Amino acid sequence: MTDRLDGPQTSRGDDDDVVARGGSPGPDATHETSETTETAARKAAAFGSSGNLGPSPKVAIYFLLPAFILLGAWVVYPIVYSIIRSLYDANGGTFVGLENYGAIFSDSGTLTTIRNNLIWVVVAPSLVTVLGLIFAVLTERIRWATAFKLVVFMPMAVSLLASGVIFRLVYEQDPDKGLANAVITSVHDVFAASSGYPGARPRENDQAPALVDKGAVVTRQPVQAGQQVLIPLVGMKPEALPSDAAAARSAPATPGGLSGTVWLDFTPGGGTVNQMDGNEKGLPEITVEAVSGGAVKATTTTAADGTFHFAGLPAGTYQVRLPQSNFTQPFGGVTWLGPALITPAIIGAFIWVWAGFAMVLIAAGLSAIPRDALEAARIDGATEWQVFRRITIPLLSPVLLVVLVTMIINTLKVFDLVFVIAPGSVQPNANVIALEMWRVSFGGGGNQGLGSALAIFLLVLVLPFMAINIRRFRREQA
Amino acid sequence: MTTLTASQPGTTGSAGGVQRGIASRVLDKVGGGLVQVILIVLALFWLLPTLGLLVVSLRGDTDNNSSGWWTFFTKPAQLTFDNYSNLLASGFTSSFWNTVAITVPATILVIGIAAMAGYAFAWIEFPGRDGLFLVVIALLVVPIQIALIPIAKMYGFLGIFGSIPGVVLFHVAFGLPFAIFLLRNFFVGIPKELLEAARMDGAAEWKIFATVVFPLAKPAVASLGIFQFLWVWNDLLVALVYADTDAQPMTKALQSQMRQFGTNVDILAPGAFLSLIIPLVLFFSFQRYFVQGLLAGSVK
Repeated sequence: MTDRLDGPQTSRGDDDDVVARGGSPGPDATHETSETTETAARKAAAFGSSGNLGPSPKVAIYFLLPAFILLGAWVVYPIVYSIIRSLYDANGGTFVGLENYGAIFSDSGTLTTIRNNLIWVVVAPSLVTVLGLIFAVLTERIRWATAFKLVVFMPMAVSLLASGVIFRLVYEQDPDKGLANAVITSVHDVFAASSGYPGARPRENDQAPALVDKGAVVTRQPVQAGQQVLIPLVGMKPEALPSDAAAARSAPATPGGLSGTVWLDFTPGGGTVNQMDGNEKGLPEITVEAVSGGAVKATTTTAADGTFHFAGLPAGTYQVRLPQSNFTQPFGGVTWLGPALITPAIIGAFIWVWAGFAMVLIAAGLSAIPRDALEAARIDGATEWQVFRRITIPLLSPVLLVVLVTMIINTLKVFDLVFVIAPGSVQPNANVIALEMWRVSFGGGGNQGLGSALAIFLLVLVLPFMAINIRRFRREQA
Repeated sequence: MTTLTASQPGTTGSAGGVQRGIASRVLDKVGGGLVQVILIVLALFWLLPTLGLLVVSLRGDTDNNSSGWWTFFTKPAQLTFDNYSNLLASGFTSSFWNTVAITVPATILVIGIAAMAGYAFAWIEFPGRDGLFLVVIALLVVPIQIALIPIAKMYGFLGIFGSIPGVVLFHVAFGLPFAIFLLRNFFVGIPKELLEAARMDGAAEWKIFATVVFPLAKPAVASLGIFQFLWVWNDLLVALVYADTDAQPMTKALQSQMRQFGTNVDILAPGAFLSLIIPLVLFFSFQRYFVQGLLAGSVK
């Protein structure tokens, strides 16, 4: 059962997945010994050369014709056409030489797309590969590995459009709607719950002992050491108080010290203004500063009953200040879909889609590693990490390379996720070559000369990987 | 612990573990527990976004605008099929059938055409065979962007721009390199005795292909079929360029609603979910058959 996902991966079936397949450890390599692989290969090669029984070569034409018509007309001819078309202007009427290519490298819009593609190529493939490796290793020893693999692998079956819709929902700004921000704000609140008294403020009248100054709450009168400070606040509901808030009490005055109380000066249905009535609660965990001459001389926080205490302040007059950080609005989450984070956000979705592919390929590679080699190293006293680093990784490196190369080609061609996830207004910031090619040629750009040049540019970028594929195939056949 | 290992040989488990000292076993337990926790968290990372799509698609607009989808855990009563019935009433079904009408022929044609070519590459000797196969491998990575403009011109000339056949043919052509590659590699592994026997009997080449080789290739055809099916079913770009409104598949129909994402969630969420049900069902049900075929050592 655990082998269900251990075979050579399924995948989106995008033609570029084949790169992986080209050098991937097929089932022969993974599930049989290398000896049988060799025999099979030799057998195949032997047959290829012993053709005395075979049909005449002419028969091949009938078998190949449909495929070659389609490949010729739909793939090969367009390459030639695009090369020529890229040398003409938007309408195709005037020969402009390499002007379109010049435009790619001088226009700030297309330069952004190249920069974004570069980020994609550098970041996404390595993250996907590393994550796939971690998943493959972690799932090696658990019982529910198959379930885990199915879950992580599932996005491969989902269209990139649907993945895009899924992540538009995940990345919603409002923490009450978007899952990512909901998680982040709740984690944030666990660690920074103390700063949460949004809306709390002093009463706005001349009798109130405190007032608002530049967002902070400060005492109206200067205070001196030994004095007691009262800072009554209103503007929040008693229910919103932290559960550990205790009934407010006046802080005992100490000689040379400065103490006071911050409390919620509100009793439903009554209560005396500016006085701590019996049921009124102190505000715990408020940051309090003693300010003199514009500089903060000491900082403390309030206790559960709202009291605070500065010890050993130098003599002089002070202003007690509750800085603005006590009253800021709660953390609203991250703007995932804004110009700054849009590319990392989309790369996150890409990783979500492709990590399963990497995991399954690498897991197949892992299961093909001979156990004896690992055990021998362990018996020789190697630690698990050494075994992993010096034996597993080197033996896996062909698979890792295949995953990496497949992902690089995928990131060079990335289109759907960017198109779907980036909101229209942010799309210029998230733009990539494949998307720009479509936009310029069909999406309102109306410049098929530039579009052809971008397509050729994209083709040139994948050429090295074409060469890698061919070389790998020839080596395998040899 | 290594000395213990050495003195108790032959107890290797399936996970490659060897009987070890108590200390290391305790450590394994703790580490194992930690690994389980990490994996559960990771599994949630992979599961929750899709679950979110499903739940959002089952909630009314007001609910979606006022609270997170996860509130359904405590208030399951908010779930409703209204979005789905509205969507199906709005003509989304026609784009569903367009997706089917594009995907099914594109998959069948690729299998048939690639099987023939793969057979020729594997079992018929002809001059330039190896060179031509290298060309096929080279075409594997050609980005489809290269063909968008020229093929649009060609379709305009042929009068099939915007139609389903145009979309299908594009998918077939760009699916072929992978398909030929996969099937040729499978065919090469078929025992030559089978073919030689058939040829000795004087069977025609197409008959050997149709009755001997192709039936043996079921596992490879199944895996190719599911790749191609998913690729075409999930395609957006080709449809965006070549399918007009009457021929548009679900992906394009949904994409056109993305601009007003916020107000169209009641269309996009159920639509996206409907579009992924069939791929998921196929994917999971083919999984077994697919991997069985692989484990039988069939695909080379």
